[in-house]
Amino acid sequence: MLGYILRRVLVTIPVMVFVGLFVFSLLYIAPGDPAAVIAGEQASPADVEKIREKLGLDRPFLVRFTEWSGQVLRGDLGTSMFTGMPVTELIAQRIEPTLSLMVVTLILAVVIAVPIGVLAAWKAGGWLDRSIMGFAVLGFSVPVFVVGYLLAYVFALELDWLPVQGYRPISRGFWPWLEHLILPSIALGLVYIALIARITRATMLEVLSQDYIRTGRAKGLGDGSILFLHALKNASVPIVTVIGIGVALLIGGAVVTESVFAIPGLGRLTIDAIVRRDYPLIQGIVLVFSFVYVLVNLVVDLIYSALDPRIRY
Amino acid sequence: MDRRTVIKGIAATGGLLATSGLAAPALAQGSSRVLKFVPQSNLANFDPIWGTQYVVRNASQLVWDTLYGMDAKLVPKRQMVDSEEVSSDGLTWTFKLRSGLKFHDGEPVLAKDCVASIKRWSQRDQMGLSIRAIEKELSAIDDTTFKWVLSRPFPKMLLALGKVGTPCCFVMPERLANTDPFTQVTEYVGSGPMKFVRSDWQPGALAAFEKFDGYVPRDEAAEWWSGGKVVNFDRIEWVIMPDPATASAALQNGEVDWWENPISDLIPILRRNRNIKVDIADPLGNIGAFRLNHLHPPFNDVRVRRAVQMVLNQEDYMRAVVGSDDDLWKPIPSFFTPGTPLYTEEGGDILKGERNFDAAKKLLAEAGYDGLPVTCLVAQDQPALKAMGEITADLLKRLGMNLDFVATDWGTVGQRRASKNAPGEGGWGMFHTWHAGADCASPVGNIAIRTGGEKAWFGWPDNPEIEKHISSWYDADTIDEEKKILSTVNRLSMEHVTYIPTGFYLGYQAWRDDLTNVSNGPLPWFWGPKKA
Repeated sequence: MLGYILRRVLVTIPVMVFVGLFVFSLLYIAPGDPAAVIAGEQASPADVEKIREKLGLDRPFLVRFTEWSGQVLRGDLGTSMFTGMPVTELIAQRIEPTLSLMVVTLILAVVIAVPIGVLAAWKAGGWLDRSIMGFAVLGFSVPVFVVGYLLAYVFALELDWLPVQGYRPISRGFWPWLEHLILPSIALGLVYIALIARITRATMLEVLSQDYIRTGRAKGLGDGSILFLHALKNASVPIVTVIGIGVALLIGGAVVTESVFAIPGLGRLTIDAIVRRDYPLIQGIVLVFSFVYVLVNLVVDLIYSALDPRIRY
Repeated sequence: MDRRTVIKGIAATGGLLATSGLAAPALAQGSSRVLKFVPQSNLANFDPIWGTQYVVRNASQLVWDTLYGMDAKLVPKRQMVDSEEVSSDGLTWTFKLRSGLKFHDGEPVLAKDCVASIKRWSQRDQMGLSIRAIEKELSAIDDTTFKWVLSRPFPKMLLALGKVGTPCCFVMPERLANTDPFTQVTEYVGSGPMKFVRSDWQPGALAAFEKFDGYVPRDEAAEWWSGGKVVNFDRIEWVIMPDPATASAALQNGEVDWWENPISDLIPILRRNRNIKVDIADPLGNIGAFRLNHLHPPFNDVRVRRAVQMVLNQEDYMRAVVGSDDDLWKPIPSFFTPGTPLYTEEGGDILKGERNFDAAKKLLAEAGYDGLPVTCLVAQDQPALKAMGEITADLLKRLGMNLDFVATDWGTVGQRRASKNAPGEGGWGMFHTWHAGADCASPVGNIAIRTGGEKAWFGWPDNPEIEKHISSWYDADTIDEEKKILSTVNRLSMEHVTYIPTGFYLGYQAWRDDLTNVSNGPLPWFWGPKKA
């Protein structure tokens, strides 16, 4: 197992190199000029040119890429062109809100989606199944920002139960932290709940038609025991796969959710960086997201072997 | 890992979270000594000389003081300066600082700090560059006095040092002011009424300022950027909210106190809320602009530029920008800000009355326009510019011109408009922008009317006669003389079609009703407002 983990971690290196090269090239050929944004509307063309020179944007692609790669290898993601702050510091400032949002959303989604998926499979074809699948279609169809605005309107503005926006670090208390995450997590998690619930239902239906389930029923096992102890465990590999894939969905959704709820996370940092063409920051964020995604895939693979003893690495 | 271990882990985490909740510090939220303000945009950098965006200037006014400050009549008043003296030949200006000025690090503000700050500012500011061109000496005489010796008189000296247009002449400690003006400072030490809390700064999310106890305000009442800057808050938080709907909801819910620029679509909702007050933010507003490229066909021919000018209907543009609220806009046959002392409409008749498409088409034919596509750069991420771009697309089509509509973002417009290539080779034909009314009150910050050819602003209009008149304005001694010169400049600029004003428009600000003494101006003033 350790050898497998080591191999997977080593494979990450060429993946990250490719991601780095790809992102750097993409930004190089993309239109836009950070110097023009920095200089402001009143700046003369000559001023913009001088700022471009100072930022080193007039240097050839290979020189800039080599310099940046060298920095990254030393663990330095560079400095934001706008703020003058290290990219690592900017990312570190934003990790907690995004991580909190993703973790709460993940927990919320799994806790809701798996049981309702199981229930839908158990009562397949009945009103409960139809209602749950109807809810899933809704979850897929309604954009995150629409759900976000609706939730904020009802639960913050009308009922005054929860805050409209913002984030409180967990160091300021558990409840302030959680109350700022409830609405964003529901908004972000809706599509995720729909996805997991549908997959759970589909895989459970397949498992529930297996012989050993019939045998279990024949020997008098209760529905709860059959569903949650025997069937769910065997249906869990595809479910875990979808949960893993869904992390990418969460990263994408976090960009919108963080904007709607003014959460200072990595999603908003990404948008700000792209709008301003803050190249070092964009590159740093994409590298971090890629690394997280590779890591999540590794964890999912390891969970497979924990869930299914036949899978060995 | 077995099930028991997992359960224990979850329990331990829960306990930790619960404990952290008990140990949490009391939040300052809701305190009358904390102001939560939603600015117009993100404070992405914090060097007002290096980056000249308005949002940077607005934040900088809290941290860095200025030698002079503009009052509501656009007259520069002494701020850090106690007295000034100009020699009888007008060539030597001597400035004396008022006593008690201190930087946030406790060091006294000295004349050498002012000299270094002026030197840095004057390398980036158009007016500063004009003075540098005639500068013989700028030096400190002693700790509180410095002099600026010129080779010829510069009557607008105080206007230059106190203007609100960016970049403003902020005073920094000498060690910071010695930084190259094209390189960002990395320390944020000023002598203004608030200190910047660097440790709390999260660009894109939060910028915080704390009261500087060592600040000694002037005795006079505050008026715009002049007078005693008495801030009634211990802490001011700039909460960055990119989404207007979120900012609106946060204001309604009392989570923020003041929103600098609510969009006009949301104003009716805010007005319905009894706890919210709404008013015009900046009475000097903005002037929309149809900027043309004078270097390349078709707009290198004044007849083509005039044809567009003849059919451009400012009402169409303004309704697209501000909607149906008639309080927010007015037509402007001028390059200068309405309601300011130097405003003139001379030569602006071409922008008034019925639009004459037949005459315009005839003019196009005379100019030999052969269907060359007009490359319109339209920033889709700036609502006002997007709206103006759509009107232009329709206008040019109705005029019979071919259109190359480039829908892009502001960052790309910023890059591409700097290109002097022909439109088909990466260049451009026109783009929309806006100019702050505060900048257009006189030629000081009104870079868009300059016609110095290659040295002019994007579009590079070339008209030595207009430049000559603008230069003479700097030497004018009386307001009547200034008015006369600018009337000529306006007429010549209309004839040359340096650019086409698309109208004058205002914006709103909104705040909670427990916040009092909120005033309007070209930037949000934080001295005066108080929370109940």
